[in-house]
Amino acid sequence: MYNFDFEKPTSVADAVAALAGEDAQALGGGQTLIPTLKQRLASPSKLVSLAGIADIKGVCMSDDGQVCVGGATVHADVAANAGSYPALAALACNIGDPAVRARGTIGGSLANNDPSACYPSAALASGATIVTNAREIAADDYFQGMFATALDEGEIITEVRFPVPEAANYQKFEQPASRFALVGVFVARFADGVRVAVTGASEEGVFRWSAAEEALSGNFSADAVPAAPGADGMISDLHGTAAYRAHLIAVLTKRAVAACG
Amino acid sequence: MPKDHGIGASPKRREDVRFLTGTGNYTDDINVNGQAYVHFLRSDVAHGKINGIGTDVAAAMPGVVRIFTGADFEGVGGIPCGWQVTDRHGNPMQEPAHPVLAQGKVRHVGDPIAAVVADTYEQARDAAEAIELDIEELPAVVDMKAALAEGATKVHDDLENNLCYDWGFVEENKDAVDQAIKDAAHVTTLELVNNRLIANPMEPRVAIGDYNRATDDSTLYTTSQNPHVIRLLMGAFVLGIPEHKLRVIAPDVGGGFGTKIFHYAEEAFCTFAAKAINRPVKWTASRSEAFMSDAHGRDHVTKIELALDKDNNFTAVRTETYANMGAYLSTFAPSVPTWLHGTLMAGNYRTPVIYVNVKAVFTNTVPVDAYRGAGRPEATFQLERVIDKAARELGVDPIALRRQNFITEFPYATPVAVEYDTGDYHGTMDALEKIADLSGFEARRKESEAKGKLRGLGVNCYIEACGIAPSNLVGQLGARAGLYESATVRVNATGGLVVMTGSHSHGQGHETSFPQVIAEMIGIDESMVEIVHGDTANTPMGMGTYGSRSLAVGGSAMVRATEKIINKAKKIAAHLMEAAEADIELKDGQFSVAGTDKSVAWGDVTLAAYVPHNYPLEDIEPGLEETAFYDPANFTYPSGAYCCEVEVDPETGKVTIERFSAADDFGNIVNPMIVDGQVHGGIGQGIGQALLEGCVYDEDGQLLSASYMDYAMPRADDVPFYNVDHSSQTPCTHNPLGVKGCGEAGAIGSPPSVVNAVIDALQSGGHDVTHIDMPVSPSRVWAAMQG
Amino acid sequence: MSQVTMTVNGKEMSGDAEGRTLLSQFLRETLNLTGTHVGCDTSQCGACVVHVNGQAVKSCTMLAMEADGAEVETIEGQAAPDGTLNTIQQAFQDHHGLQCGFCTPGMVMSAAALLKENPKPSEAEIRDYLEGNICRCTGYHNIVKAIMAASGQDVSAIAAE
Repeated sequence: MYNFDFEKPTSVADAVAALAGEDAQALGGGQTLIPTLKQRLASPSKLVSLAGIADIKGVCMSDDGQVCVGGATVHADVAANAGSYPALAALACNIGDPAVRARGTIGGSLANNDPSACYPSAALASGATIVTNAREIAADDYFQGMFATALDEGEIITEVRFPVPEAANYQKFEQPASRFALVGVFVARFADGVRVAVTGASEEGVFRWSAAEEALSGNFSADAVPAAPGADGMISDLHGTAAYRAHLIAVLTKRAVAACG
Repeated sequence: MPKDHGIGASPKRREDVRFLTGTGNYTDDINVNGQAYVHFLRSDVAHGKINGIGTDVAAAMPGVVRIFTGADFEGVGGIPCGWQVTDRHGNPMQEPAHPVLAQGKVRHVGDPIAAVVADTYEQARDAAEAIELDIEELPAVVDMKAALAEGATKVHDDLENNLCYDWGFVEENKDAVDQAIKDAAHVTTLELVNNRLIANPMEPRVAIGDYNRATDDSTLYTTSQNPHVIRLLMGAFVLGIPEHKLRVIAPDVGGGFGTKIFHYAEEAFCTFAAKAINRPVKWTASRSEAFMSDAHGRDHVTKIELALDKDNNFTAVRTETYANMGAYLSTFAPSVPTWLHGTLMAGNYRTPVIYVNVKAVFTNTVPVDAYRGAGRPEATFQLERVIDKAARELGVDPIALRRQNFITEFPYATPVAVEYDTGDYHGTMDALEKIADLSGFEARRKESEAKGKLRGLGVNCYIEACGIAPSNLVGQLGARAGLYESATVRVNATGGLVVMTGSHSHGQGHETSFPQVIAEMIGIDESMVEIVHGDTANTPMGMGTYGSRSLAVGGSAMVRATEKIINKAKKIAAHLMEAAEADIELKDGQFSVAGTDKSVAWGDVTLAAYVPHNYPLEDIEPGLEETAFYDPANFTYPSGAYCCEVEVDPETGKVTIERFSAADDFGNIVNPMIVDGQVHGGIGQGIGQALLEGCVYDEDGQLLSASYMDYAMPRADDVPFYNVDHSSQTPCTHNPLGVKGCGEAGAIGSPPSVVNAVIDALQSGGHDVTHIDMPVSPSRVWAAMQG
Repeated sequence: MSQVTMTVNGKEMSGDAEGRTLLSQFLRETLNLTGTHVGCDTSQCGACVVHVNGQAVKSCTMLAMEADGAEVETIEGQAAPDGTLNTIQQAFQDHHGLQCGFCTPGMVMSAAALLKENPKPSEAEIRDYLEGNICRCTGYHNIVKAIMAASGQDVSAIAAE
């Protein structure tokens, strides 16, 4: 690793100030960032840990019934405390391994937007709101392709607000080595329609499978899931071809719908 | 009632206490006062011409002690190859130079170009980034068949082509095999890949070089399975240090699996550099570095044909294999696809004629050498897969077809030049049928089908040749080393023993199992025996641990040395009891005179040996210490029958191992607990090869599976509990313990049954799939099902 | 360099660390607690698992400074002061749950974390929990068995004794 300064502020304001310096970078749980630093693929001058900011940790229910997760909340806490959104808790409970879940944070995951990460599919399928120190961003506007988001430099995710669907389920098919999602599908049924978000499959990162959403909004049953999407634009690598990933999208969507009951 | 001590007992492992309390002494735990750290600048292209290496800027950076390049090693020997194979025309293999640091060219991603030694590791790495490299990238050869095509880019310009050797075995049988295949009632043909693997012991390699200017002594601490072999190769062939001025220490080593047998450039570098800068030099591989610098394993592309007569008797086997050597010849690389592979092609079967052709090929990839099983898994996989395919083609039961062709009389000389001393292949198959509950399979299949899953059952047998190896024989076959083993048994005055063994334990539990043998022989408690290994300064010249040889060869040396001890002790006891030596008996640690009630204790005799007041000094020397070197008369031939049951999810192609059973014949067994553990571990690796692991290069020679993010290691939830049995025991006839070795069996025996089971599952679902290459990943299964 | 202080196995310990110093590195090199091992650089293998404030974490994927002021438990603190192995360690020895020993510290620390939150885990729960701990020697059979035994479950019926 290149060397860097380390700061651990206790308020969002202090963190924002600390991040104002050149090449400063926020540190969530570090479960992706630290391995990246070890490979010397990034060279921040300063890491600003968000772990000391009590205000942005924890899970609560908002007055309008949304599950609100602080940006610095670790996966283990979401798994344990997001019981009012069981599909979200279940997703958090299957990210990485227990030691990773004890450190990795939702804000870190969403800010990184790894194309195979689990959380982006939950945020997108739920129509979540990503709240930062500066603004609120709708999930539909937030994800902008592989490792790309609407966040500005130095902007911190302070909270993610999840509307709670009537029914929801996340199906993850693991890449056998990394245990990230080879394909993951999050299906959320709301009173006004169904949202289906797919992670792991597309070269553009997480996306909504609109054909499935339309079909399922009319008829929420596994049988209604359309044929697999085309393989164009799907990731092809040593773990699976584009066609295989496209195929899995349909399989996992059906399973998710079936699991919604 | 299981025994509670001695041979056949399962005492708890004494080495566990330090490993469980964090007090082991692994190489990276060692820090030598004043040490500097080295970082290797490695090639990021698979093939390139080095036009320049600018080190001026880097050398001036903070903490940098010295930067070494290939030029510093001109006049220094290269990394030697320990085995010379002769090709089918009687010519020696092509053997390229293998410099410690690249000279003129880089030949694989990871090839070390320069080495930066600095006060801290990070400083070394910082400076390495400042080295100005001018490398002209050349086309890379990755695919073996392409590498042999006319006009292919050469990995080594000074060689004729990329063919290391074209080996035929047994060449004299070739025509007979061709004829038998022509005459056959049925021929089953299978083309397959034995996937390239990375051994991945959990401890990455580490080397620390130390030099004492006052005495001119060099010391190397290294993560090795065989410190004496490293001392010999590095001292004699690379650095020119006489063995008495070079000490190699391999302390606690965190797994080997073959890849820590070999002598590596980093070891030579640290030893060389420590002297050059007069300061200890330490190198610790990161896992990423291990992926591109540890020798890889397997990587064969094979076509096998099995000929049968009208009664389904095997009449011939013919194979053609392309074996990847990588860019350089690693220490034992040439022997793996030849003598450790071709000699096993008879398997457990009476096949009268066999011809094996192997073309070993240089490519721009990391060198390939022995990995757990080494050649024998490749032989077993192709043979047991083609037999399964034949059974399916002929519509016969795969177990019955195997049984019909089993070798049943021993000793048995195969047509591929080895003689099996003992075995009972029906016996292990009987044991397997019992533990695997074959009769319950159809019911289990129905349960799976009710869940929408396809269930398959696969069986295979294996034979291996281990207990490596008779030195005169391997010498004739091209080995540049002997393969005996050694032990010095030192008895202390108060009766305790220290065994200094040339074997090396890196997980096998020698500190526990070796004392069981001595305790049995003398009739004393195991706690009176201590095992010393891993340091050339205090153990006799030994060849180390690999090829399931520790107990069969190293244990035999220990037995021989202990027999010498007992013989001498009997002389002393006879003197003390004023009896004839021939009348002395040793039992339960007591020497007695046959037919009398006279006895002396073991401790009285050992004390007399060192306090020789009442002692036959005119006949024997004081002291009680003996050394033995044991050279085996033959290989040992463990064998077994394995069974795997899988479920396949037809929607995703995911394969789940539902049951795994292994029945092995290891001959006599010293510690059943340790034997079980060795089999479990081998099966885990075999399942890994079959379902998960694959080392993949792209066409430019970039390593795609370059970390655990892409190289799938088996995890706890990928495997079930294993059902293992070793009740079928036919002791080895030529070593004193009657043991055969168990370290590699699981890795050799398990991959074919996994793949056979997957094919069975798919066929049961109506899919006309006859083969899927390993790793049998969900993606590949799904693709196969699409037709 | 800054000074970092943490309570390690019940004792307060301090040392200098850079921003980039990993907790694993701090434990091994600064505090000379070499029982914590480093087997990979992608946060996969789990040989480096320790407990920080009661949670199992990968010490190679945490900065030493992040652990400033924390309670850290390592493999060295698991046995009693007189050397008596704790229940999990003893079960690993009794059931041959280790071979080369390199992954063992992480396995024991993960097992301890598991049994704290789930005192009687099923075989499947153990296998699932160990997703982040790679062992190359044992095929996991005896590790899983040892953890079941450590949790007081009867393992005599498990295959292969």
